[in-house]
Amino acid sequence: MGKLLDVKDLATYFFTPEGVVKAVDGITYDLNEGETLGLVGESGCGKSVSALSVMRLIAKPGKIAAGEVIFNGQNLLELSDDEMRHVRGKDIAMIFQEPMTSLNPVLTIGTQLIEPLMLHLHMDKQAALNRAAELLEMVGIPEAKPRLADYPHQYSGGMRQRVMIAMGLSCNPKILIADEPTTALDVTIQAQILELIQRLNKELGTSVLIITHNLGVVARYADRVNVMYAGKIIERGSSRDIYKHPRHPYTLGLLASVPRLDESVKEKLIPIEGFPPDLIELPKGCSFMARCRYAIDRCATEIPPLMAVSEGHTSACWIWEKLGAEERG
Amino acid sequence: MQQEEILVDVKNLVKYFPVKKGIIIQKKIADVKAVDDVSFSIRRGETMGLVGESGCGKTTVGRTILQLYRPTSGQVFFEGVDLAKLKEKQLRPIRRRMQMTFQDPYGSLNPRMSAGNIVGEPLIVHKMTKNRAEYREQVAELLMTVGLNPYMSDRFPHEFSGGQRQRIGVGRALAVRPSFIVCDEPISALDVSIQAQLINLLEQLQEQFGLTYLFIAHDLSVVRHISDRVTVMYLGKIAEITGRNELYENPLHPYTKALLSAVPIPDPVVESQRERIVLQGDVPSPLHPPSGCVFHPRCPIAIEECSQRKPELRLVSPDHWAACIRI
Repeated sequence: MGKLLDVKDLATYFFTPEGVVKAVDGITYDLNEGETLGLVGESGCGKSVSALSVMRLIAKPGKIAAGEVIFNGQNLLELSDDEMRHVRGKDIAMIFQEPMTSLNPVLTIGTQLIEPLMLHLHMDKQAALNRAAELLEMVGIPEAKPRLADYPHQYSGGMRQRVMIAMGLSCNPKILIADEPTTALDVTIQAQILELIQRLNKELGTSVLIITHNLGVVARYADRVNVMYAGKIIERGSSRDIYKHPRHPYTLGLLASVPRLDESVKEKLIPIEGFPPDLIELPKGCSFMARCRYAIDRCATEIPPLMAVSEGHTSACWIWEKLGAEERG
Repeated sequence: MQQEEILVDVKNLVKYFPVKKGIIIQKKIADVKAVDDVSFSIRRGETMGLVGESGCGKTTVGRTILQLYRPTSGQVFFEGVDLAKLKEKQLRPIRRRMQMTFQDPYGSLNPRMSAGNIVGEPLIVHKMTKNRAEYREQVAELLMTVGLNPYMSDRFPHEFSGGQRQRIGVGRALAVRPSFIVCDEPISALDVSIQAQLINLLEQLQEQFGLTYLFIAHDLSVVRHISDRVTVMYLGKIAEITGRNELYENPLHPYTKALLSAVPIPDPVVESQRERIVLQGDVPSPLHPPSGCVFHPRCPIAIEECSQRKPELRLVSPDHWAACIRI
């Protein structure tokens, strides 16, 4: 498996009247070919902004302040707007959190679906419409052809998300970024959508970056996981590493704070006390320190870098070794 | 056994919302069958979980029990009294005994009232304090009970985080010392690490004040964690009722099975071995529910008969009810 996307020291800041919000504060990760990569974190941790930065969809007052996004040997951040337009939607596609609002309500589904096909693949209208119907059937909308003339409000939430996926996949992108693709949907519909994304990943070989706050979704679908907190990646590893041998107190905390469906004993949950830090005034040291049960003096002064725990598993915690010893003991 | 005492008994509860046509002369053209013949009971001191997908009528059940919606037909017994028969005025003293917390921590608090006044208003409405000093004291105590600092009582809702606002909502419900609280999706708008704080608070309050909860949620992991028994609803009807462990270990209704298998478990090793049932299609409209069993168009084990016969909710094994003819 080769590297498809290589994000290096990416930083995206928002310049607000109150101060500079460091939404993404120097993150580095890569996405391999054919892989499903999870990006987990709570709201406001910068996970969506980091994906939007890859797509260069950051609007003012936001700005990509530093870093590189290498795709196909070229740095996307150095492309002209016009060149970027050829990558966006064609090589890298994104599906958004809210299927209700991401579609244009005054255009038919068909019109919206053929737009990328005509723009990127230079199809004529008839060919594009045929392809659009095929795409809708591929994502599981039966009798697709007549439904191309429908408007978004005539589709249910799950179907609209399918349309978003169809649109995302229309130009056979190499990468599909799914930002909380199921958050607004019901559980049974959520399962349909995630199974669909996984099937497409297997069948078409599309690499998937799935952004979510749901630890279960990541466990079920992702090969590798990045955990984000306050604009930084604080732990990375295979799903098995992250869930079975977490080496960062925040990851540990997240896992202990969610009830599990397969747990029969009514045990007390262990919440993470306190709140995430203000992204305008980040602490000098580790940003999780204020909420951390294991904090030591060093955490207040030095920001921990990602340190290797084992092959492919890294943690940004000064005392990850101690967490490991605790687990064994 | 004290646990067996029934606090809330819902019998054949029906709530239809009429759909009207016309601007001046309104004609009823159809009914949204939000809740359609639902019966269950809640024991004193227990937490009854109520789960289902959006639009299945779970919130309507909660609101109809509290008589915030008056039922179309059926009975709701609270401490032995049929609330559906009472007039507004007769209901008022009983309303003090049953409260509700709401889903949206942003929309359910008046932005122009301070946290202290929000929590204290029920005390004034129900004339529960004698003087200003006692009122202040009780408000401070309530805030502390729900884990907020009394000095925050002058702050306004926008100064609080989502989790803190939800605590204010719980404080407001507790003010009148109810015995029964309907918790309508209390945590679904909160972040993962904050959810646990609120779940623990609700559990601790239940122990402290001997509360009975109807816990409405769509997150089955949370419901399993907090509930003693669970009721599963689909399209205005009850599919299954049983104890929480029985439900998760031995689900009977095909809808329950699909719902459970749709919830991912945060453990990749367990996940790789689980069987997944993915339901096809969407939930039908409650305006035109399917004939017979409302679940049959999506059911993986449906037979011809399912489209004709309405399944009864019947006792399948001790304390385990299910509404399916294929069981």
